[in-house]
Amino acid sequence: MSGGFLQGVKDKALPVLAVVALIILGWYGLSVALNWAQVSERLVKDGGTPGVAEIVKGTWSMERPVLPSPDQVAVEFAKTTFGVKVTAKKSLVYHATVTASATLVGFALGALLGILLAIGIVHVQTLDRSLMPWVIASQTVPILAIAPMIIVVLGNIGITGLVPKSIISMYLCFFPVTIGMVKGLRAPDPMQLDLMRSYNASQSQVFWKLRLPASVPFLFASLKVAVAISLTGAIVGELPTGASAGLGARLLSGSYYGQTVQIWSALFMAAILGATLVYGIGGIERLVLRGAGQSASTRS
Amino acid sequence: MTQSVPSLRQPHPFLMSVLAGVLLIAITVYGFHGIQSAEAAGTLPGTGWVTILVLAATAAAWWLLGNLSALKGWPLLSIIVPAVFGISLLLGWEFICRGYGVPRVLLPAPSQVWDAFFRELPTLIGDFRQTFMKAVVAGFILGNALGLATALIVDRVPFLQRGLLPLGNMVSAVPVIGVAPIMVMWFGFGWESKTAVIVFMIFFPMLVNALAGLNAADAMQRDLMRSYAAGYWATLFKLRLPAALPFLFNALKINSTLALIGAIVAEFFGSPISGMGFRISVEVARMNVDVVWATIAVAALAGSLSYGLIALLERRLTSWHASFRSRS
Repeated sequence: MSGGFLQGVKDKALPVLAVVALIILGWYGLSVALNWAQVSERLVKDGGTPGVAEIVKGTWSMERPVLPSPDQVAVEFAKTTFGVKVTAKKSLVYHATVTASATLVGFALGALLGILLAIGIVHVQTLDRSLMPWVIASQTVPILAIAPMIIVVLGNIGITGLVPKSIISMYLCFFPVTIGMVKGLRAPDPMQLDLMRSYNASQSQVFWKLRLPASVPFLFASLKVAVAISLTGAIVGELPTGASAGLGARLLSGSYYGQTVQIWSALFMAAILGATLVYGIGGIERLVLRGAGQSASTRS
Repeated sequence: MTQSVPSLRQPHPFLMSVLAGVLLIAITVYGFHGIQSAEAAGTLPGTGWVTILVLAATAAAWWLLGNLSALKGWPLLSIIVPAVFGISLLLGWEFICRGYGVPRVLLPAPSQVWDAFFRELPTLIGDFRQTFMKAVVAGFILGNALGLATALIVDRVPFLQRGLLPLGNMVSAVPVIGVAPIMVMWFGFGWESKTAVIVFMIFFPMLVNALAGLNAADAMQRDLMRSYAAGYWATLFKLRLPAALPFLFNALKINSTLALIGAIVAEFFGSPISGMGFRISVEVARMNVDVVWATIAVAALAGSLSYGLIALLERRLTSWHASFRSRS
């Protein structure tokens, strides 16, 4: 058993760790290359002829580097995550919570809307023929471009804060949910539908006992996509008005004041948040499938 | 006999479509006439009148769409029905905006967007050149090429493949767009920084899909190539890359939308005085919402046209694939 576990670590974790180590090494190298000119110039200006070791050390500890070294980002990340009170303006946790709440509200609304729309499309022929092509076509359009307009226009009529961001997240994530859910609700094959008909099942019985259970894997696959773009939507929604809170606001203020370390740590927080949300959905999926007597791992 | 049963139960959908269409047109003409005469008098039409008209037009449109959807065997039906739906939606939008006098800064009517489109056409073309022709095209080519090249290298080193694939999948959960401010700092306000953002965004979808595609050729086919004494390159070009095409096109389609999004959002962080993202953020601040909508229309058109182009190319190159065989 433990041999199998070790083998699993060797096969799965080791390559990932090796690649991550490679990326970190490359990052250190890149931050030397990108910061070199500035550091050497400053050291020469201070008088003296800096050696290579001195410059390299300098490139990894600049205050406003072109590319901060990984440990600088890690220190800033730890300081702003664990070092300050969660409610403080400097706390990354605070900003992540602001963004996450907009993301989750928008995601919940968008998923609900997407599921309802999919149920309509599957059951009403008119919607299927007229609305579905537009839902599919919407995937080719950069809808995110509407984000600033929604923020500003809603801000004009006095709606600010969480709601406009959630609206952006909502309309971004309901399209993929609709498409995935329509596919899922249509997943039962004609044989199964025929069986339901031979049981004299009503349309609602077919829906609750056959279509809905069959759609669950499709639903979760699209929910994972949806929650990721919902986060992107919330972050972009924080850009246009110069919002004071949220990861997007951190990115924007970092780029205004050249605080690259701040940008990178906000970026890492966004990445962690995104991964957490997607893995969270994955966890719920496993629970739901186990409850339904299916195992996520046996499905391909 | 069996064919006449549904037609007894249900009136002829074609006749009903014509009837519903005439009714919808009549309501539309009557409605716009009323709105125009009210606008000429400098007032708004009565709220109750507009509401009744909107409801009537909605009912007529729904009736029309229902009957059109019930039609069978007509050519172009798969285009006509959504087109009628879209036109009805635009009509309703126009009607509501002008009938209730919705402020232009809140939501401009489609006709106002149309006017703005032609009024600002030179600017819009300039923005399109800056954002699409420079940043998007360069980033799209570069990012996809880098992703594919990396996939080809990684494919030869199984260890790297096992390490990169989980990371590549994880990146899909990460808001990569966040690198935009950093790229703008590194590469300046010009199109180069947007290209860099696009490369970051589309690299991993291409890598993950290309790796999956390179493994799409099955063992039997590879054995056949080996029995022909085909080397690595011959197998790559004659078997594995063609077999990977459906996966590559999947990535290209995803990336065509991502590239446009990347370029537009990156311009929110800083750009020269042209570009679609720049136009959107500036005109929003100036309350010229109609110009914003016109820019969005251009972006939507560019997005769907480039997607269509890729889909067309896919159809030409992968007509052998199961997903097309049944249709052609």
